[in-house]
Amino acid sequence: MKANKLFAQLYLWALLLLMYAPIVIIAIFSFTEAKVLGNWTGFSLNLYKNLFSGSVHSSLFSAIKNTLSIGILSALFSTALGSIAAVGIYNLRGFKKRAVVFMNDIPMLNPDIITGIALFLLFVAAGLTQGYLTVLLAHISFCTPYVVLSVMPKLKQMNPNVYEAALDLGAKPHQALLRVILPQIRPGMISGFILSFTLSIDDFAVTLFTKGNQGLETLSTFIYADARKGGLTPELRPLMTVVFLVVLALLVIINFRTLKTKQQ
Amino acid sequence: MAKTVNRSVWAAPYAIFLLLFVALPLVMVLLYAFQDKSGSITFANFVKFFNTPEDVHTFLYSIEIAVITTVLCLVLGYPAAWIMSNSSLNRSSITVVLFILPMWINMLIRTLATVALFDFLRAPLGEGALIFGMVYNFLPFMIYPIYNTLNKMDKSYTEAAQDLGASPRHVFAKVVLPLSMPGVASGILMVFMPTISTFAVAELLTMNRIKLFGTTIQENINSGMWNYGAALALIMLLIIGITTVFSGGDKDIEENGGLI
Repeated sequence: MKANKLFAQLYLWALLLLMYAPIVIIAIFSFTEAKVLGNWTGFSLNLYKNLFSGSVHSSLFSAIKNTLSIGILSALFSTALGSIAAVGIYNLRGFKKRAVVFMNDIPMLNPDIITGIALFLLFVAAGLTQGYLTVLLAHISFCTPYVVLSVMPKLKQMNPNVYEAALDLGAKPHQALLRVILPQIRPGMISGFILSFTLSIDDFAVTLFTKGNQGLETLSTFIYADARKGGLTPELRPLMTVVFLVVLALLVIINFRTLKTKQQ
Repeated sequence: MAKTVNRSVWAAPYAIFLLLFVALPLVMVLLYAFQDKSGSITFANFVKFFNTPEDVHTFLYSIEIAVITTVLCLVLGYPAAWIMSNSSLNRSSITVVLFILPMWINMLIRTLATVALFDFLRAPLGEGALIFGMVYNFLPFMIYPIYNTLNKMDKSYTEAAQDLGASPRHVFAKVVLPLSMPGVASGILMVFMPTISTFAVAELLTMNRIKLFGTTIQENINSGMWNYGAALALIMLLIIGITTVFSGGDKDIEENGGLI
């Protein structure tokens, strides 16, 4: 049994080593200045300095800015739209409920490329100039379902009598909503917000199809264009390392929150 | 009894939003797929696909790569999921988190990291790199649903089998494996679906030498061949639909696609 356990642990960690090797190599080589990855020209923090001082070509800088602003805006809109919708869906019954829940599932099941092409064709047919606004709309459309999914369980867990009690004690319906329902679904809203933000800054395929040709780039599409030109801009190495750590931190927070709710 | 307010109308704005930005776009794909440039109804786009050997070949090759990737993920991932769910072999939950985390890292970054690894090892980019990169990208999507199913499994079944004299091998073959099938099915779906629909990944991993179906679709859309591109997208959706039916529905995806 001991030997089995040792073998099992070895297998797990070997697999993990393989899975994390690529990202670890990028992280290591973000501390050297060599143009080509794999050459070590001595320890240096210059790539990080370039990244944060903004002396990197301005297109990378604006790509970072777009990624963050689209991420925050789509997370805000998705959280608002999704939370209101969740309260509505919770009160819906029968066919209408099934129809909305079904449509809510589509963006989660659809492959990115199909979602991207479908939205692209819609925007073309509607005669919209594609750019910041269309990317934002696209991101809201695939983030909101996850907000609905995060908020719904909180509504289901809620004791409906508490809301009724508030009304019986003289609270106006909107007061009961703000003072009773909102506090109960807030954890779900926050999880939904973080999840939306993560999904948005992570997206590549949908953005590529909806960004138009006015020169709008997000981080993913910038990296894609850069990689296609052959050879990565060295500054992308520290950037990837930072993005990896940020996503890691966000995920740890989400996990921690889910764990805490489970314990309660 | 105070007057309760029915808030079902609150679903209305989102319902309209879903119709506009989820349902309507898919209708647009259908419309474009069955139209020619002038807008009249036609099957010409599908006929064109079958008359373009290069595209048919790319299509079949993509299915091949997706099947290889899925099988490799299953072979590598099942033991890992089984070990993690088995408390006598693994107690720490850190490994579980470590296996799931990469699911949420940008695929492009993960792909470029694979390219970096191959460069670092001075290994050539090509089909080998493509399959390694695909497995590397999608392995967590296989491990997670299988781990979930195994973890939720009632342990008294295996204990009962042991008490009745089954050898460990028999317990696994007759009890654990059949009970974990729903997880395997959704794992297959969660790996096969993104593998067949990726683009960009293959180009980067093979220095543009190998093209997958997703890239074919993207190239057509980019070069203004919207009708043909939409038809190709529909063909891809069809394959995904067939896989979904064969792997027994999408219930688990819904569960697993949400929070970690």
